[in-house]
Order: sequence, then structure tokens, then C-alpha cells
Amino acid sequence: MASMTREETQDLIQEVLEVYPDKAKKDRAKHLAVNDQSIEQSKKCIISNRKSLPGVMTVRGCAYAGSKGVVWGPIKDMIHISHGPVGCGQYSRAGRRNYYVGHTGVNTFGTMNFTSDFQEKDIVFGGDKKLDKLISEIEELFPLAKGISVQSECPIGLIGDDIEAVSKKKSKELEKPIVPVRCEGFRGVSQSLGHHIANDAIRDWVIGNRDGDNSFETGKYDVAVIGDYNIGGDAWASRILLEEMGLRVVAQWSGDGTLSEMELTPKVKLNLIHCYRSMNYISRFMEEKYGVPWMEYNFFGPTKIAESLRKIAAFFDETIQANAEKVIEKYTAEYEAIIAKYRPRLEGKKVMLYVGGLRPRHVIGAYEDLGMEVVGTGYEFAHNDDYDRTIKEMGDSTLLYDDVTGYEFEEFVKKVKPDLIGSGIKEKYIFQKMGVPFRQMHSWDYSGPYHGYDGFAIFARDMDMTINNPCWKSMQAPWQKPAEGEAEAVAASA
Amino acid sequence: MALRQCAIYGKGGIGKSTTTQNLVAGLAELGKKVMIVGCDPKADSTRLILHSKAQNTIMEMAAEAGSVEDLELEDVLKVGYGDIKCVESGGPEPGVGCAGRGVITAINFLEEEGAYEADLDFVFYDVLGDVVCGGFAMPIRENKAQEIYIVCSGEMMAMYAANNIAKGIVKYASSGGVRLAGLICNSRNTAREDELIMELARQLGTQMIHFVPRDNVVQRAEIRRMTVIEYEPKAKQADEYRQLAQKIIDNKMFVVPTPISMDQLEDLLMEFGVLEEVDESIVGKAAAEEATA
Repeated sequence: MASMTREETQDLIQEVLEVYPDKAKKDRAKHLAVNDQSIEQSKKCIISNRKSLPGVMTVRGCAYAGSKGVVWGPIKDMIHISHGPVGCGQYSRAGRRNYYVGHTGVNTFGTMNFTSDFQEKDIVFGGDKKLDKLISEIEELFPLAKGISVQSECPIGLIGDDIEAVSKKKSKELEKPIVPVRCEGFRGVSQSLGHHIANDAIRDWVIGNRDGDNSFETGKYDVAVIGDYNIGGDAWASRILLEEMGLRVVAQWSGDGTLSEMELTPKVKLNLIHCYRSMNYISRFMEEKYGVPWMEYNFFGPTKIAESLRKIAAFFDETIQANAEKVIEKYTAEYEAIIAKYRPRLEGKKVMLYVGGLRPRHVIGAYEDLGMEVVGTGYEFAHNDDYDRTIKEMGDSTLLYDDVTGYEFEEFVKKVKPDLIGSGIKEKYIFQKMGVPFRQMHSWDYSGPYHGYDGFAIFARDMDMTINNPCWKSMQAPWQKPAEGEAEAVAASA
Repeated sequence: MALRQCAIYGKGGIGKSTTTQNLVAGLAELGKKVMIVGCDPKADSTRLILHSKAQNTIMEMAAEAGSVEDLELEDVLKVGYGDIKCVESGGPEPGVGCAGRGVITAINFLEEEGAYEADLDFVFYDVLGDVVCGGFAMPIRENKAQEIYIVCSGEMMAMYAANNIAKGIVKYASSGGVRLAGLICNSRNTAREDELIMELARQLGTQMIHFVPRDNVVQRAEIRRMTVIEYEPKAKQADEYRQLAQKIIDNKMFVVPTPISMDQLEDLLMEFGVLEEVDESIVGKAAAEEATA
């Protein structure tokens, strides 16, 4: 099927909206749009960061997920207490593939679950005493933990426990940072507010810890990687390039990151943001208070990598700028070979995406490097500034869908007929059962890394083995095979 | 002058809201810039300043708009008599939901929206009578109200409540900077009331900052949804509130209270004749039993 025209895309949106009751139709219409590259401000075409409608299937998370799961969880040398009943912590345990090095249970704690396991009595009498005791127990059992964060689950906000007071007291007693985070799940419309709350907690309880301490020797090429959660080793694949350029990566936020890295970040020369949505807040704060500039970059696919390396180098002197060119040159043969191998197998294939913070726009370039086209994209919890950045990356008349519902996504796929869908675990099996090749773009389907030149090789291989997998030709059961003569017709349309 | 944040506590029905609004009117008259934050789901902490039945509350408007993030400060902050800024946290009707969370959400909202950054001399929190959960202690957490005034009278239950509130303050004083700043006696015309409250204040380690006599002009003003200072500025009662306002401006006595035991409180009440000496032989005996004894 050829690409759709503006009118066809608009008609498709109307057709999909048709089944909704009036009120829902009116609401959902604002979240679905036909991309128009001439628009500067996305708020003219799409509404985002609004409460999901009851009754639709949304895949959004909560504020606790945004704070504990995304921002704080990967800080490996701290212990993150899921404060409240046991479920939130247990069912989110090790749920993201934030790789890290260290001895789990000794000096790193990433895949462990710490919870205050609230019982009826803790709700009635308050949980402050229990939290106090729990922190003492952590200190006794895991003395190498560098700090503790207290991630509030819903009941903490309801009973009004003063976790700030407990944290302050215990922090003084243990001489370690203890950070209370008010990320109760009921706050906000999605995990996005959780990111913001987590950023604010870092601002209030961590970022100033080394103010006035000059023992850290700073260098003129110091940078921090912000908003890379090291899914399948992404941050490592990114870091290599920055270091080969001659920059010193002082901190990784927060994949494979540590407390002291966060504390040292205000001393760097430049903050490099990969996931803008989840960490722009703290970057803006460091700019305001410490004068550290920040820039967004994109390490998916050779085109965007080269663009980003040059943009980063432009912040520094000629040495770094020359180094950036050397790095690009060094990897050229490598990525050209990958493109030569996979592009013929993937050329012209159409992709629909639906992911979280940055990938709905950041991976577009990588697909384009392989000759593929992203024909629809959307975010679970974006704000308008994310769509502002997306409009330019997407082709004209492509589909944009915000907080897409299960029904809408299925209908869009039926009509647009993409060759590949990139989304999450909740979508995966539905589309696979519909016979559409699918890649998880949150967890990289247990593969990765996808960042950097190293990651691009894996990305290209994964997309190829998914789309060109022979299994898609066996979707029909033998007894449902059409009669002689019809078979060719089916094969031709597949 | 640095912003002073004060919380008013006291037994339900003792006249916290009336006293707060009248004294705040007094502060405004003295040129102070004041904000009242009502922390009671009944939302009756600002009606005398705004001449309204009940102000639209933060929680009510948040529920309407979808969430508190959808609100702007101008939506919830109203300006009334003497340029006094008024906000009501609001909350659910009795028997449903969680009123305490309403207070927490509302105060967080005000902080995030910069309500405290404005040019202000005083913020007064008018809090629900009983501190039934953590939410109602929100106004006295760290970096919020540092001064607490307890409104009481010479009645036994009012004093009992005052002592209990003092116990609560001790808990927060040990971890932060909150202090008891005085008892405000809102007179019920009981015998030797002023002496009694002064003695209670002494035992709690604080002061009776002012004795507000009973005067029907308060009720007459209240019916018109006005403070006495606005309704009848020349009334003697208006001067009482002005004095209270001046005393609060000059107040320097901020203490960690020393709450007393139930026995000590009973002794005090007996000393002033509010309570009769307990005859152990009559405890638990019904009237009929006593008659046949």
C-alpha cells in the first residue's frame, strides 16, 4: 500500500473515532492528528498530558512508576525503599533492563526489592516508626549502600506520614543522604509527573551536596549523560563514543549511575540529554543555578549519531571537533557495511511506533538509515514540547496518536498495514497474533544496546530478523488454507 | 520583615475561624499583608473577609478541572477586606473520601504556585478542630507554620483539647522548628476564666496572649458575614481584636510546650471549681442506684 494522503489519514481518524460515544469522541479527537511539518507549535494539532478516559485501554503508568521505576531505580549504589504495601515494589522489581556493574546485595542493589510492607496497623497508626526502623536495618544489613531513597506509594500520601522528618533524622544519624520522594501513584495523569517529582527530589536533596567542596578535580572536557537508563547497555555504547571524542563522562543519569555521580554533575561543562521528557527539569535547574548548559542529542542510527557528535563537539574546542570527525570516520566502514547488508532487506518497509519518553521520535532516523519509513508514532505520556520536536522528524501526513487506546491502535494498524510495529509488552502479543511483525521498543525485546554505532548493528539485525522471519508466512493453519488458485493472491498481498 | 506563618488550633466550635478572621482584620488594619489558608473541609475560614457564604475551594475546583495541576493560583486565591488573601483547601463531605489529603494537596499546590513568595507578612492556617490524621498536621510540618496559637476557653473540654494539641506540638517541635506561641482565651463567661487560662498557660510553659471577652457584636457582625473591625470599627470588641493583633506582632515567646497529665488537669479544674472533687464512691453509679443507697 502506498503512503496515505492527508485526506486519507484524516478520514481514517474520523472512521476510528466513529464508534465512541459523543463525549469520548470529542476528547479522543484532540489526541489524534495528521502530521503537518509546517506547524511550529504542536498544541495547534494535538493535545497531550491529559487524564485518560475511563473505559478505554491505556498503557500508562503512575507517578511511582515514573520515580522509582525510571529515574531513581537505576541509581545502583543506593537502596530505594518502596514505602507502602508490598505489591508496588514487588511487581516492579527488576522490571526495566537497566544494566549495571557491581555485586548485587553488596555494593549495588538494582534488581532487589526493598519495601516497608505496610499492614493495616501501619495505616491506622502511621508508618513513620516503621520507616525509621527499616532504615536502621538497611544500614546494618547493607552498610555499603551510599544512600537511601524513600519512594512513596499511595497510602503514604493519604495518611500524611511525615517522611521528610524521618529522612532528615536518619540522614543525620547515618551520615548518608536519605531522600524522601512524594511520588504517590495517584498524583498526576501518568508516570510523567513521577519523573518531575523525582527530579525535584534530586534538586532538593542531592544536587547541592557538594556545593563548596572543591576536592573533585574538574576538567574542561567534563560532560554528563542525562536521561540514558542503560537499557541493555545503551549508556555504555554511548559513552564509548563520547570518550573516544576526548570528553570525560563524569556521570550517567541514571543507568549504571551512582549517587556521587549525581552529586558531581553540577561541576561538569555540559549536560547531554537523551531522554528529554524525564530529565529536562533537573537539567534546566542546573543551568539556572550552576550555569551548566544542556543540549539534546540522539544516538540512534549513524545519521543522527554523526549530527549529534558534531553538535556536541561544537560546544568545545577544535581538538574535540577534530576528534568528533575522527570518530565518525573510524566507524564509517562499519556502519556502511551494516547498511549494505540490511538495507536491501528492509528498504521501503513501514513502521508504526508507540512508546514512552523519547523513542517515538528518536528512533525515526535509525529506521530511515535502513531505508524504512515511520508512518505513525505516538507517546504514552508526552507533553506538548515533545510533539513540537516530533512534527519535524515525521513525514507529512503521517499519523500522530497520543495516549492511544487499545482499540484505536488496532484499527490504525488494520488500515495502515505496517510491516513492523515497535511498542511495548502489552501490545506485543496482540499484534503478533494479528500476524504483524513486532519489536518491543521499551526493553529492546531482551536485546540491545541500540544506542551508538555498536547499538546500530544490533538494531539493524533485530529489525531484519523480525520482519523477515519465515514464521510470518506460516500464519495460516493448514486446514484454513484457501483453495487452489487463491493461494497466489494471498501470497502476493502479504 | 520575614514571613511569619501561624497555625490556629483548638477544640471544634470554640471560635477559631471567627477569632482568626477578626484578628487578621486587625493585622490588615495595622498595614500587614496577610493570607488566610483554611484547612477545614467545611470551608468557613474566609467568609467574614470575603462576605461570601463559602469560598470555592482548591479541592472542589481541582475535582472539577480534573486535577490540581490544571488550576492556576488566581482561580483559588481571592482578595477580601484589607487586601487579605484568602484560600480554602476544602475537601469531601463528611463520611467520604480523605479530608487530610485535601489539606496536603492544597498546601503543596500553594507552595508550587508561589503563593508564599508574594509580598506577605503573615500566613494564618485555620485548622480543623481535631488533628485526626497526618493531613491536619501538614500546616505545622517543617518550613511551614512555626507559631501555633491555641484558642480555648474556661470550659473543661476546651482545656482538655488545648492540652492534647500541646502534646501534638511536642512531637513536631522535637523534629522541627514549630513552637507554641500562646493561648487565646475566647471567653465563655465562666468564673475566674482569665486566671484559670493564665494558670493553664503557665503549666504548659506558655502565655495567655490575650483574653477576648464575650460580646454579642461578634454575632451581629457574623450574621452580616463581616468581622467586627469592618462592621463596627468603633466597638469595644474591635479594640480587643486590635490588641490581640498587636500582641501577635510583638510576640517573642515561642516555646516547646510542657503538656500536663490528666490528673494535673483535673487538679487545676478543681482548684478553680470547674470540677468538683471526685467522690470515688459515686463513680459508675446510676441515679436510681444512688437513690436506693
